[in-house]
Amino acid sequence: MTMMPRTITTDEPLLAVSGLTKRYGARIGCADVSFDLYPGEVLGIVGESGSGKSTLLSCLSGHLRPDFGRITYDARDVLAMGETERRRLGRTDWAYVHQNPRDGLRMGVSAGGNVGERLMAIGARHYGDIRDKAADWLGRVEIAADRIDDRPTAFSGGMQQRLQIARNLVTSPRLVFMDEPTGGLDVSVQARLLDLLRGLVRDLGLSVIIVTHDLAVVRLLAHRLMVMKGGRVVEQGLTDQVLDDPQHAYTQLLVSSVLQV
Amino acid sequence: MTDQAYNFAYLDEQTKRMIRRAILKGIAVPGYQVPFASREMPMPYGWGTGGVQVTSACLVPEDRLKVIDQGADDTTNAVSIRKFFQRTAGVAVTEATAEATVIQTRHRIPETPLHEGQILVYQVPIPEPLRFLEPRETETRKMHELEEYGLMHVKLYEDIARHGTIATSYAYPVKVEGRYVMDPSPIPKFDNPKLGQNPAIQLFGAGREQRIYALPPFTEVVSLDFDDHPFEPSKAPHDCDLCGARDSYLDEVITDDRGGRMFVCSDTDFCAGRQADGHRGRLSAVEAVQ
Amino acid sequence: MYVAVKGGERAIDNAHAWLAEERRGDCSVPELSVAQIREQMKLAVNRVMAEGSLYDPDLAALAIKQARGDLIEAVFLMRAYRTTLPRLAGSVAIETGSMAVVRRISATYKDLPGGQILGPTFDYTHRLLDFALAAEGDVPAAPTAPATPGPVPHVTGFLNREGLIEDTQRCDTTPPDLTREPMELPTVRPLRLQALTRGDEGFVLGLAYSTQRGYGRTHAFVGELRIGWVGVEVEIPELGFAVEIAEIELTECETVNQFKGSKTEPPQFTRGYGLVFGQSERKAISMSLVDRALRWRELGEDNSGAPAQDEEFVLMHCDNIQATGFLEHIKLPHYVDFQSELELVRRLRSEAIVLTEAAE
Repeated sequence: MTMMPRTITTDEPLLAVSGLTKRYGARIGCADVSFDLYPGEVLGIVGESGSGKSTLLSCLSGHLRPDFGRITYDARDVLAMGETERRRLGRTDWAYVHQNPRDGLRMGVSAGGNVGERLMAIGARHYGDIRDKAADWLGRVEIAADRIDDRPTAFSGGMQQRLQIARNLVTSPRLVFMDEPTGGLDVSVQARLLDLLRGLVRDLGLSVIIVTHDLAVVRLLAHRLMVMKGGRVVEQGLTDQVLDDPQHAYTQLLVSSVLQV
Repeated sequence: MTDQAYNFAYLDEQTKRMIRRAILKGIAVPGYQVPFASREMPMPYGWGTGGVQVTSACLVPEDRLKVIDQGADDTTNAVSIRKFFQRTAGVAVTEATAEATVIQTRHRIPETPLHEGQILVYQVPIPEPLRFLEPRETETRKMHELEEYGLMHVKLYEDIARHGTIATSYAYPVKVEGRYVMDPSPIPKFDNPKLGQNPAIQLFGAGREQRIYALPPFTEVVSLDFDDHPFEPSKAPHDCDLCGARDSYLDEVITDDRGGRMFVCSDTDFCAGRQADGHRGRLSAVEAVQ
Repeated sequence: MYVAVKGGERAIDNAHAWLAEERRGDCSVPELSVAQIREQMKLAVNRVMAEGSLYDPDLAALAIKQARGDLIEAVFLMRAYRTTLPRLAGSVAIETGSMAVVRRISATYKDLPGGQILGPTFDYTHRLLDFALAAEGDVPAAPTAPATPGPVPHVTGFLNREGLIEDTQRCDTTPPDLTREPMELPTVRPLRLQALTRGDEGFVLGLAYSTQRGYGRTHAFVGELRIGWVGVEVEIPELGFAVEIAEIELTECETVNQFKGSKTEPPQFTRGYGLVFGQSERKAISMSLVDRALRWRELGEDNSGAPAQDEEFVLMHCDNIQATGFLEHIKLPHYVDFQSELELVRRLRSEAIVLTEAAE
């Protein structure tokens, strides 16, 4: 499998993280994490559960406040932002795909309403346009147009996850956080979703930070990889490099414990 | 016949000052819900305690008070509240909208246009327009603070997707001066256009929920809608059967058990005034004979 | 022919006259005096004082009489009266340790300094209707014993001496008052306690019961339940010392709950607290359980999503005067809202019918 072409258009990182640390009392959530993410780049974060990857994602996406460190997005200091600005970023430039679609969807609202919410949140006020755009996005994530007025409760797990992706991407965000987006789906459904994500990421030139324990997912999607253990980054580099020639003992263990894809 | 055991208009002066501060804050920030330490009143919560406290804090001895419920001056709850202020404040009362200086209302805005110097006090059961979308007060206050009103439009979107039209007929949400989304209290949406650019001061009191909010005179108030599904004030497609008015909000009255019904103005003062001026409706002739 | 709903005023006056007649009931039966209610319906009087947030047995008895025995209505009368009273001063914190106890029990110790005192309790009565009460007559005097002098120390004090229970910091700042300031959420424990002590007994009981059944479980023991009289003192600035202005009867409950701890922090029991006017022990125990359940955040426990752990849910719904008013207001006319819904449904139906016919 070859690496995805990287579509860098600028030398400035979109997201720059340095020295990020979060503790829970005496326990370390994540410690001293630093990296740069460039426009159009997909960064995979892997590690077993408890490795700190979810804490890191929560800190990056603004759901959790780190104890130390710096996060700069598009030359803006994210941690110094007020909540208004951060939440605005959260519904315009940023998107967050939850592992469980129930956490990222409004289960009592139709598929069209779910996709339309972000548009309306940033001021769309033409019902017909909102509906057209929602229908277009349902098509792009391979949900039949006649399901637009159905609620997600009537959808399969894979459809719910695709709907969550459409809901997040409709406002053309630049940075997408994904937390185990294929977790909880069976294998054939996972493959289809990965294929879809790969296409969308490439077509839209998205920057993505994806957290997963599944090396197959990062092999397919990520340009670069960060391996975490005990809250710290033990190894990072180009995906193929890290997976084909792991340097750290933990990474070697991780790679050998799964089937090669 | 003022009741000497109580202060003028029932509440003590300290409490009135506290309420007036909340009112002034509300007027300074139109549409913003100001928390206030609502007092226990001698009528039940949900029966107008917020409106009564606001009225009490506004009344001066020279005032002329009108109280309506469902647009009518003589419904039981309107009578009860009017009597309360006659007893505790001894102010003059009136049924004529034009002559009143303070009008306390439940569920209607009078048909007769208000004028400068008048105060319209609304009784509000649930002041939070986002409440049925998000039950948590801590979260809804945050949504107002951050102007996160997307969810409100999701509700309207769902209405249209399901019914082909916005299925909210009363307590129809509005946006005030381009900032706060506000619940206009359960007035029919027919009344919504009267909220904006109104020369009178409009005050909203929610006793149980401890909130006061306000619209100062000539405030911009926009009913939420979509460009291609614009807000439409609506009423029964009839004329008043007593005064013939074509543009007033109508109550439907069942007249027999064979499907007979008539439509009459919900605003009793407006209807009586028109009849006194010689206007007649479909069934007026029969009335005249009696 | 249509007659507009006129004459609301006369209808109200007549309804009130009828109510007064019904309140009196059969005139051949002697009228109940306020003193009789105060002395013989004491637990009802206590409940009305507790939920009315006003300690005045005579007024509470009057309210019960006026409300025809409807206790929530009586609480409402008390509250409406209370709101008109000026706030003259805040008292010094009462000392329940120097309470003149009439009842004091601990479920955690068989015996303890100050002793177990059963007092006038229903606990071990057999719930058999006592037909002798139907016949009026004098009650034989209960045996008496000399009162034990001196203060009765708190059970939690014994535990605290060994560090077995969380310490509570004494704080002499005046607590917030939800009847004077709008409640802002999230709030602090003193305000939660105020809301609970005046909250509806049935609601607080139901919540407490739900914690026992696993919805926010806290493994509570009644460390101590005490009922008795304490003095209320007020600082008089002109005098420079505190003066006792009243003696009131209170029920206090302290629960000893599940412990927390970690490798570095030794485990300790935690506390729930209930304090209610009068002899109101069901309420005081319920209050202490709900208080404890609401403290999950400060004690680093998980929120299991139980209703009793949800501060906003509990505080916004425990007041029966707010609840009953809002519930009963749906009796009021809603012609205008209903009319607008009627028109909307008619229009939607006619559009749907046209579409169905067009499809056929």
